[in-house]
Amino acid sequence: MNKPVDFGTPAKQTDKLVTLEIDGHSVTVPAQTSVMRAAMEAGITVPKLCATDSLEPFGSCRLCLVEIEGRRGFPASCTTPVDEGMKVRTQTPKLADIRRGTMELYISDHPLDCLTCAANGDCELQDMAGAVGLREVRYGYDGANHLKAEKDTSNPYFTFDPSKCIVCSRCVRACEETQGTFALTIQARGFDSKVASGIDNFLDSECVSCGACVQACPTATLMEKSVIQHGTPEHSITTTCAYCGVGCSFDAEMKGEEVIRMVPSKNGGANHGHSCVKGRFAWGYATHKDRITTPMIRKSIKDPWQKVSWEEAIAYAAEELTRIREKYGASAIGAITSSRCTNEEVYVVQKLIRAGFGTNNVDTCARVCHSPTGYGLKQTLGESAGTQTFDSVMQADVIMVIGANPTDGHPVFASQMKRRLRQGARLIVADPREIDLVSSPHVRADYHLKLRPGTNVALISAMSHVIVTEGLVNEAFVRERCEWDSFEMWRDFAARPENSPEALAADLGIAAETVRAAARLYATGGNAAIYYGLGVTEHSQGSTTVMGIANLAMATGNIGREGVGVNPLRGQNNVQGSCDMGSMPHEFPGYRHVADDATRALFESAWGRPLSKDPGLRIPNMLDMAGEGSFKALYCNGEDIAQSDPNTQHVTHALESMECVIVQDLFLNETAMYAHVFFPGASFLEKNGTFTNAERRISPVRRVTRPKNGYEDWEITAMLSTALGYPMPYKHASEIMDEIAALTPTFKGVSFEKLDRLGSIQWPCNEEHPAGTPIMHIDEFVRGKGRFFITQYIPTTERVNARYPLILTTGRILTQYNVGAQTRRTDNVAWHPEDRVEIHPHDAEERGIQDGDWVGVSSRAGETVLRATITERVQPGVVYTTFHHPESGANVITTDNSDWATNCPEYKVTAVQVSRVSQLSDWQLEYRTFSSEQKKHAGHLATDTTSD
Amino acid sequence: MSIDRLISMANQIGKFFESYPDAELAKEGIATHIKNFWAQQMRRQLVSHVIEKQGQGLDHLVTEAIKQHQAILA
Repeated sequence: MNKPVDFGTPAKQTDKLVTLEIDGHSVTVPAQTSVMRAAMEAGITVPKLCATDSLEPFGSCRLCLVEIEGRRGFPASCTTPVDEGMKVRTQTPKLADIRRGTMELYISDHPLDCLTCAANGDCELQDMAGAVGLREVRYGYDGANHLKAEKDTSNPYFTFDPSKCIVCSRCVRACEETQGTFALTIQARGFDSKVASGIDNFLDSECVSCGACVQACPTATLMEKSVIQHGTPEHSITTTCAYCGVGCSFDAEMKGEEVIRMVPSKNGGANHGHSCVKGRFAWGYATHKDRITTPMIRKSIKDPWQKVSWEEAIAYAAEELTRIREKYGASAIGAITSSRCTNEEVYVVQKLIRAGFGTNNVDTCARVCHSPTGYGLKQTLGESAGTQTFDSVMQADVIMVIGANPTDGHPVFASQMKRRLRQGARLIVADPREIDLVSSPHVRADYHLKLRPGTNVALISAMSHVIVTEGLVNEAFVRERCEWDSFEMWRDFAARPENSPEALAADLGIAAETVRAAARLYATGGNAAIYYGLGVTEHSQGSTTVMGIANLAMATGNIGREGVGVNPLRGQNNVQGSCDMGSMPHEFPGYRHVADDATRALFESAWGRPLSKDPGLRIPNMLDMAGEGSFKALYCNGEDIAQSDPNTQHVTHALESMECVIVQDLFLNETAMYAHVFFPGASFLEKNGTFTNAERRISPVRRVTRPKNGYEDWEITAMLSTALGYPMPYKHASEIMDEIAALTPTFKGVSFEKLDRLGSIQWPCNEEHPAGTPIMHIDEFVRGKGRFFITQYIPTTERVNARYPLILTTGRILTQYNVGAQTRRTDNVAWHPEDRVEIHPHDAEERGIQDGDWVGVSSRAGETVLRATITERVQPGVVYTTFHHPESGANVITTDNSDWATNCPEYKVTAVQVSRVSQLSDWQLEYRTFSSEQKKHAGHLATDTTSD
Repeated sequence: MSIDRLISMANQIGKFFESYPDAELAKEGIATHIKNFWAQQMRRQLVSHVIEKQGQGLDHLVTEAIKQHQAILA
């Protein structure tokens, strides 16, 4: 298996070039490049152990020594920068002597078990012993050594064997430089020095299991358990992670059709060789025993499932949909696409609904997360997408994080952001909770705006007031780039006294002077970039906040170049892509409204069917109408609305009311328990396609093993469509992308061939930008002039009162992903076996709640029971939970309130009461019974990973 | 679809546009938003409610917006 070249030290970015001579060869490299890297770039290998090109040089192993003409001694090539005219020799008898002597010392305290070692054939120590010609160890092996040091196997995914450690510090430096967690250190000095995680074992330490240390380790000291179990992989295929919106590239390292390990791709445009615990390790769900691989059908959800052939399942589904169309009309049928699916899969589902059924009743799970981003950024800037690359953060001077928790939700990008913060960028965090970024090793927020849930718009208005009234507007930018009339309207609005920080202080729960200082920093601190997440969008005024954020960026000129911008951190891997693909009921691929005659004509011509000019139903509309009896059939592709959508009782009632629910998924998920047809889906490892991440980066998803269910997901949709009388004769996912490119201006230059060649492409990709567009809105906004909007703060109708005195807000945790269908079926449960409710000590004391107690959480929508964690992370009056385990019922308590513009649910604000209880809620008891029956109906008792 | 739900959604839209200094622009904004994002059966139901029930439950601005821009909402 070909491994990428390790140049030893990172590349230097400078236009100044230096020419030197290495072993008689003339070499020209950027100034400040290390001698080691210069040699490697010229194809000259210098022995090394402590150096690797993902880390700054350290100069400790003494193997990379060289001789430099005119300099005394033997400088380490990794820490020595090149100089003009320098003459370097990497191989001399003296250097060979020193290197061999050094290796002899290393090997004298290293187990001689190469043939049975998991790293055999993939060990830099072994390679170096060979490279320096080590033939004997004169010191013997009987002296003091570390060979009996105890192995730490506590981490579910990798082992730490100190007997094999050469104390090169690569793991410690990776934890610091790459990940930014600082969980590891070198303890003690001299012979006693050893790598320590600060506590007894890795599992209980602050280690976040990102895998950077394992990746950096040159020996078998830190080693994946999968490699220990199965041996070293023999080939690799580059693909894209199926978890969060960062969209990391991974090399799936394989043995035949079995994945041995997922290694972050060094050339990954979004991740640059870094990973998190999910992408790196939590892929075992793809082969979990709960996986369903045979299609199933049934007449009623009270009936047992009947396993059938694909032909029978497709025919049955088509018959049912045809029957329902004939009886109730096509408007009684719809589909939901998922951001966990590829662009190609989403595209064919929306095509089936629009062309096959003649309605626009197709929606996507972005409805419940980032639909306000699509709306708000389209209105203000002209494009429903983030404006920057992730790398842009490295040019930011001020970083404002609002309603996002990157270290948990977007961990690989968070590491990059922390790197920039350690370099000195200033940080504003606006969050009701004390997220890790507020205070973590070597990172401390300048301002933590600990606002009350539901007051984002008040905060943005107050910041706008400061910028407008203190003369901090970049008027030149606004005059040149924005609609002046809209600016004046916004400016006059923002300047009103009721929008001042003083007037809004009581609503926000933040001192006015703090808001003023944060606004001044944002407006005057240099390049200022805003990063936001679902804490912005999942509110009744989610779209207003998005527009307010765009207002701030335009008013201060912080848009249209590197280091600035409006950056939505997308929750799932393909939120951006699923929206791009026309999966919302009002627009075709490329965000073109269905009422636009020219666009509709284009698609009618290509698809050969008349298309509707009327927007279709959104998910909440479908569910409302299903509950009322007028919406009858749903094709739910890769989404689990019974767990992820708000007001679970409302959702399940709607599902129960339908005559045909078709679920396509890997597992018998919560929604599938209400289904009549189950199409088993393929995992991301079993399909071809593309994902588009939060920075508009389209990355290839490549099939590394055959689909266990027999078909890639787009094939299943195509078979269903064909059975319904609308043939989709694609032979490969690449043909779907070709069709997308032909019909979508922003994807015009995209093809699988180009993706394979370039690695990834950020749209728009067209004749003007054949390699894509990293930064948007550089010279002008997509809509021409940027448009300001008035952002009046309107408090949510979800209010606290004597009965429900606390506000519940929800979020995510690092080790779990969305509804947990994937991560709960991996060893990640070791870190998060259950969802808990966080409560402030004052609120807990008032209620007599101890840490770990079972507590009932009741709202106007319902009640559930969770265990309590008492913490000052949440402010008094606010409680917080996650929704990764179905039995937790987090969405039993969230309500139907939603964003005014998009119906994105207001997950982040629910008035609740919390009290000690001794038994599960009625909903949970009913859920247990129902869930157990459904699993029996499947003849397949799925693993219960939830807590008792 | 429940008319109460539609009234609630329409009033939420109305609240956003209410802050516009120009009432005509606000009404146009409300109607255009509903036209662009609501399914036809939902729009028609709301228009019928305004005609038959005088927009009972709807904020005044929303009722006026629907009356004034009824043609684009059909």
